[in-house]
Amino acid sequence: MQIMIIGAGKFIYFLAKTFISKGYRVTIISKDNAECQWLSKRLKAVIVNGDGSDPRILEEAEVKKMDAVLALTPNDEDNLTICQAAEHLFGVSRTITLVNDPEQEKVFRQLGVKRAFSLTTVLSGLIERRVESEDVINLIPIGEGEVNLTEIILKADSPVIGKRLKDTDLPGDILVTCILRNRKAIIPRGETVLLEQDHLVVMTLPQSYGEAIRRLTGES
Amino acid sequence: MSSVKSQFIVIVGCGRLGSYIAGILSRDGHSVVVIDAKKSAFDALSPEFSGFQIEGDATELGVLREAKAEKADILIASTDNDNVNLMVAQIAKQFFNIRKVIARIYEIKREMLCKNRGIETVCPSSVVGDIFLNFLSDSLERN
Repeated sequence: MQIMIIGAGKFIYFLAKTFISKGYRVTIISKDNAECQWLSKRLKAVIVNGDGSDPRILEEAEVKKMDAVLALTPNDEDNLTICQAAEHLFGVSRTITLVNDPEQEKVFRQLGVKRAFSLTTVLSGLIERRVESEDVINLIPIGEGEVNLTEIILKADSPVIGKRLKDTDLPGDILVTCILRNRKAIIPRGETVLLEQDHLVVMTLPQSYGEAIRRLTGES
Repeated sequence: MSSVKSQFIVIVGCGRLGSYIAGILSRDGHSVVVIDAKKSAFDALSPEFSGFQIEGDATELGVLREAKAEKADILIASTDNDNVNLMVAQIAKQFFNIRKVIARIYEIKREMLCKNRGIETVCPSSVVGDIFLNFLSDSLERN
């Protein structure tokens, strides 16, 4: 896998480091000459000094070979041009970007950049969905948040322990799609009995999320 | 007032180019709104300009809404930043359905991103380059 990251700052450094440790080949484009030198001393990556929104720089950095391009500059307009240039001028199929203003997610999608995420939306979503609960360790919004996938751990005080799934009487818009028990995945049936320390992968609609947590963990 | 029908024109970027175009179009009787992120940019407008000024970042939908972009006949993206011009021009087409959209793009390769999007582009170096070549054509032919 070959990944190109355009941007600056600590976030880029740690992101690149993570990708490299997974065996991916990483190219970084940064406008900041001093930062490029700093990065090239610390990372086994191709570092290019230049404006990543300039198609000539992208071409020079061999964007055509990339499996994914991450546009992470602080400016929405630069990120838009980077994603559009990578996709339309160089045929890269996967471009991902962060936008500042949450309203820009919609703008980017309409302008053809499908994977634009706003940290504001992600973080405020985490607060609103009460993920601080320690029984809930993972939450993935699907689509634009129409559906959530959540991983819930059943602790000793959960009211559903020892019950068959069909006797837990969960509403129709809460679905236990998978149980991870001792690192083995079980596709549950109505007869499946829930045990302590089961990790339930639960699909819910946003409005029934709170109810799912209550029913499965006993928390109010 | 001129004999042509008055148009509603939004100009994004009030530098040398934007303020120049805004002054002339306003003098000719069109309703003009200029948008610039810096308030001091409006100092460049000529005394003949009688349109509106909006301080803000035109890549935000809210700022274009404030300029009533949905009613505009024409939008001109004339900031000194290619990427801002590209983004504003695309938003003008996609979200506000503006009939005529023109963007200044310095970098020729970025012009290709406007293809099939209904956006017209002006690339200063190719325009000026053509004028230079035109001046030269006589002497080149004589040789």
